[in-house]
Amino acid sequence: MTKKYTVKQLSVFLENRKGRLLEVTEAITGAEINIRALAMAESAEFGILRLVVNNPEKARSALSAGGFTVAEQDVFAVEVNDEPGGFHKVVKILAGEDINVEYTYAFVGESSKAVLIFKVPEDEHVRAMTALDNSGLKLVEPMFFYS
Amino acid sequence: MWNRIESASREEMEALQLRRLRETATRVCHLVPFYREKFSKAGIKPQDIKDVKDLARLPFTTKQDLRDHYPFGLFTTPMDQVVRIHSSSGTTGKPTVVGYTANDMEVWKECMARTFKMADVGPGDIVHNVYGYGLFTGGLGFHYGAETVGAAVVPSSGGFTKRQLLLMKDFGATVLAGTPSFALHMAEVAREEGYDFQKDFRLRVGFFGAEPASEGLRAALREIWGITYIEAYGLSEIIGPGVAASCPHGRLHIMEDHFMPEIIDPETLEVLPYGEEGELVFTTVTKQALPIIRYRTKDITRLNIEPCQCGRTLISMESVKGRSDDMLIVNGVNVFPSQVEHVLTKVEGTTPNYVIVLDKKGVLDKLEVWVEVDENTFADGIGKLEALKSQLHNEMLNELYINVKIKLVEPKTLERSMGKAKRIIDRREAEGMKK
Repeated sequence: MTKKYTVKQLSVFLENRKGRLLEVTEAITGAEINIRALAMAESAEFGILRLVVNNPEKARSALSAGGFTVAEQDVFAVEVNDEPGGFHKVVKILAGEDINVEYTYAFVGESSKAVLIFKVPEDEHVRAMTALDNSGLKLVEPMFFYS
Repeated sequence: MWNRIESASREEMEALQLRRLRETATRVCHLVPFYREKFSKAGIKPQDIKDVKDLARLPFTTKQDLRDHYPFGLFTTPMDQVVRIHSSSGTTGKPTVVGYTANDMEVWKECMARTFKMADVGPGDIVHNVYGYGLFTGGLGFHYGAETVGAAVVPSSGGFTKRQLLLMKDFGATVLAGTPSFALHMAEVAREEGYDFQKDFRLRVGFFGAEPASEGLRAALREIWGITYIEAYGLSEIIGPGVAASCPHGRLHIMEDHFMPEIIDPETLEVLPYGEEGELVFTTVTKQALPIIRYRTKDITRLNIEPCQCGRTLISMESVKGRSDDMLIVNGVNVFPSQVEHVLTKVEGTTPNYVIVLDKKGVLDKLEVWVEVDENTFADGIGKLEALKSQLHNEMLNELYINVKIKLVEPKTLERSMGKAKRIIDRREAEGMKK
């Protein structure tokens, strides 16, 4: 279960400094990495850029070589219909299981589908995926992002 | 006690020091042009030394002098008599190189044997040595000392904390030798790994040195490991570890029959009376390869000449808080970078890269500590990083009694913007403010 649906996400520590984001995108582009999904979190002084890419290992080494602090997390992705209530369904199941969502972001996938990415506490990760899988929701296999 | 001289009368000690000082002065004046010139400028000849107090008339030696004569310019023996060479890392310039003859090695072993005898380490003891082996004098200094007193040494050097703990447990180490920060790190890892300190380890004493340690850190190490804390003070320019060691009564005794100590005022260079705080200066009086006259250590401390309850009459020094050229005065409070580093060590478990930035805000000094967020400290979550910031801020307040602004920065930004290992930026000077 863990292996099958766990998606590797990279997070990059960034000071709030002009041109810094450009350096990230340059490093990623230089390594011919395709970004599949992204989200940015920020505070007054620094930010964290979160990325799901087609080749996490290669992206990580390109970023590390570029002097960035990179960490890797396990997240999972759920595909829902791109219609009212899609997001709600997933959140409701997690809430029912008393699982706290640390953060989530989404993108519109092919045709009428949307893909939601979730980060929950590490020790809840497997339980969350199991609960969603059992309730008939469609977890996205990592190959979807990596290929 | 290892040697009788450790409890000799003051008269006997001074007679020995005087004889050795004259020999050393004669040696350097004959063999090293640098000292010949310095002595002649100071208007003193070796035969003018009639009393140990005449030491105050001799010229000083600084770290820069050692660098200027890199690598072997101040050696007094031909290289075929040198059996060991050590060197500093040279992070702030050329490395400083030190050499030992076979006899110097005997002196070093003797001093380290005295250090180990402070806690009666001997045959049957197993010394787990985590000081770094290599060019740094720590690893091999403790190694030879432990062998000299007949203990078994595990030369494990630094790093690989989990494996270290396993070996300590399986081999039944009774003695730990290393830096206090690494010993604390080991304790943290042992706790994470679920070791039972009472059952799994047989440690009874630790020998700690090579960096300043706050009383809080010492107490923590005593308590967690259940050990006696022995401080080992030394510097490679003098011999390495073994210059001074603390006795069971907590006094840091200097091996003054080999290394004569003085305290000077770092501004006027005048010798200060016993008990007054100032810069520590050492003259080696038995070394052959690299004898050194009045070496300015930059360490701030004071000396105590009262005989000790442990039976030693060797003069003692207070633990060193920091180096004189490192001390900052922030709104009237003395701050050593080592204290900042200590807090970072405590919070992070390892010492991250940091820079201290001093600035003026109105009439007040403002202290910022920039901490690099590396892969060990980076947690994915703004909240976690903010929590790290406020924890660091609170710990700094506890330790330094000042409000420090913590700024998290990306790795290598520090190096890029200000060159290698520059830890302090004082912007107050730029505005013509007094330091």
